[in-house]
Amino acid sequence: MEKFISHTGTGVPLRRSNVDTDQIIPAVYLKRVTRSGFEDGLFAAWRSDPEFVLNKTEYQGGTILVAGVDFGTGSSREHAVWALQNYGFKVVISSRFADIFRGNSLKGGLLTVILPQEAVEELWLAIEADPKTSISVDLEKRTVSYGSKVISFELDDYTRWRLMEGLDDIGLTLRHTNLVEGFESKRANFKPKTLPVLS
Amino acid sequence: MGKTLAEKVWEDHVVRSAAGEPDLLYIDLHLIHEVTSPQAFDGLRLSGRKVRRPELTLATEDHNVPTLDIDKPIADPVSRLQVDTLRKNCAEFGVRIHSLGDIEQGIVHVVGPQLGITQPGMTIVCGDSHTSTHGAFGALAFGIGTSEVEHVLATQTLPLTKPKMMAVNVEGKLKPGVTSKDIILAVIAQISTGGGQGYILEYRGSAIRELSMEARMTICNMSIEAGARAGLIAPDEITFEYIKGRPHAPKGADWDAALAYWKTLKSDADAKFDKEIFLNADELSPFVTWGTNPGQGVPLNDAVPIPESFGDEQERRAAESALVYMDLKAGTPMREIKIDTVFLGSCTNGRIEDLRSAAAIIKGKKVASNTRMLVVPGSARVRLQAEAEGLDKVFLEFGAEWRSAGCSMCLGMNPDQLKPGERSASTSNRNFEGRQGKGGRTHLVSPLVAAATAIKGTLASPADL
Repeated sequence: MEKFISHTGTGVPLRRSNVDTDQIIPAVYLKRVTRSGFEDGLFAAWRSDPEFVLNKTEYQGGTILVAGVDFGTGSSREHAVWALQNYGFKVVISSRFADIFRGNSLKGGLLTVILPQEAVEELWLAIEADPKTSISVDLEKRTVSYGSKVISFELDDYTRWRLMEGLDDIGLTLRHTNLVEGFESKRANFKPKTLPVLS
Repeated sequence: MGKTLAEKVWEDHVVRSAAGEPDLLYIDLHLIHEVTSPQAFDGLRLSGRKVRRPELTLATEDHNVPTLDIDKPIADPVSRLQVDTLRKNCAEFGVRIHSLGDIEQGIVHVVGPQLGITQPGMTIVCGDSHTSTHGAFGALAFGIGTSEVEHVLATQTLPLTKPKMMAVNVEGKLKPGVTSKDIILAVIAQISTGGGQGYILEYRGSAIRELSMEARMTICNMSIEAGARAGLIAPDEITFEYIKGRPHAPKGADWDAALAYWKTLKSDADAKFDKEIFLNADELSPFVTWGTNPGQGVPLNDAVPIPESFGDEQERRAAESALVYMDLKAGTPMREIKIDTVFLGSCTNGRIEDLRSAAAIIKGKKVASNTRMLVVPGSARVRLQAEAEGLDKVFLEFGAEWRSAGCSMCLGMNPDQLKPGERSASTSNRNFEGRQGKGGRTHLVSPLVAAATAIKGTLASPADL
């Protein structure tokens, strides 16, 4: 995973709450067996509307999506994270994310930042007033800043460290293989096994 | 201090715990399907890793398979490649798979319980958010993303931060015609789609204890629709009776040992929940959704709500845009809403009891003109059982389509989709915009409401017939 230390870019205001994973990328776009190419499916149902925010010239090149509350509800599809990344987003800001989406994003290196709803609203207004507004997201300091504003956000130390180091969870867990083996040696006999096949 | 059921299962699976880090939990069962696994297997190959415990892993084809002509190659080449990729990966890594045409094939959350491989006190994960279904057995079961699928394949563990605990107390007795689907839709309407975020839900109370295992699965299935990754129910005699004798149920001395352990799996009397909510089962009536998220539901007796009636501004705005998408006018009685397609199926309501209850309502009747009904059993075994009971004939004589097993129109990934503007009454779990097909409009309902609606052509309950 690529290290994430800080990112500076322009924002895209998505003034909608409850943007679920079927809206981020509908199921018909989930058929690929690769991790790339999902940008075509991003917000597919809305992309045909010229008024949709991603279609507006002033927001082209934006890398920070600023969305309404409860972003990413619904399915566990990590394709939602890949679609956002494939399209070019590095950060998503919202006042609340669905648990699975949030987990997926932080594992995949898409930084999801939780800000109070008032701060999201202010950021929307700032971006809409000037789409060129430069927004900096600093993971080391845990701040979002634009203009004269500096807003702190919370992220646990462990996740922050993992993102800043670009570490992959599997590698970290494999350091504890001895503990896994120890656990396995004490597992109850009655726990089911899928093999051999019984019917 | 006492512990909750979820805390007990959690603690029994901690491999490693360190201050300031997530707990490393052991995973007892990893379920796999074609859509969320190919990139995970690719990851294993790239790093030269193996599946650590193939005998704790089980694959089935469900999300992206057709429900017609399953004896022929899959027509869509992109879908065919995805299914073939799963087959190749399972062969390469030694994972058991139930492919299209196999008697054990079906929706992953129907297959596990049916095989008796879903048992109390287990940790169960799958790259599918409806994995919460297995919580009905007192298992800690939740959906994971593809990165986590790869992690579990490689290590049989998952790093996780312990969620908070919420008790959902449902006391009283359900009236005839009211089902567990109505309970969970009412719960979600009460706490909203974000209300369960960061929590594990434990469903308790007299109304829950009286439910069959299949009805309990319907409730736990939709925990994610309230924002909770997992939901569970303490196992009891109904649970043990359901498991006993199934292919992978423990036998002999193993059964006795398992049973002794399973009986300890309940929240202690002095266990502390971070939050509790209450619902009176006596007052429940059939529940249906009007909007574009599962929290936007009302009793069938009510009308489409007026957006101004929502105090919260976000909710008001969400209601306004939902009414536009759903093409509904505030104040319209729910019973006046015309339905084009009735979908009976999915991991929420595609089990044999669901098919039986719907068949009992429609038997000897005809589907409303201008309405079509699609019946998709949750698994090949459910389909065979239904056929042995003659339910297929009941559905076919009614004018419904009788299909092969899979996720089908629940998520509109295979050819079973709504057309733009088409409106469905669906026993599935999500009424998101475009979920069942681009431009399609979904009302979530119970199997009983689905059956009555197929007869009337408008949203209805059996009492309306």
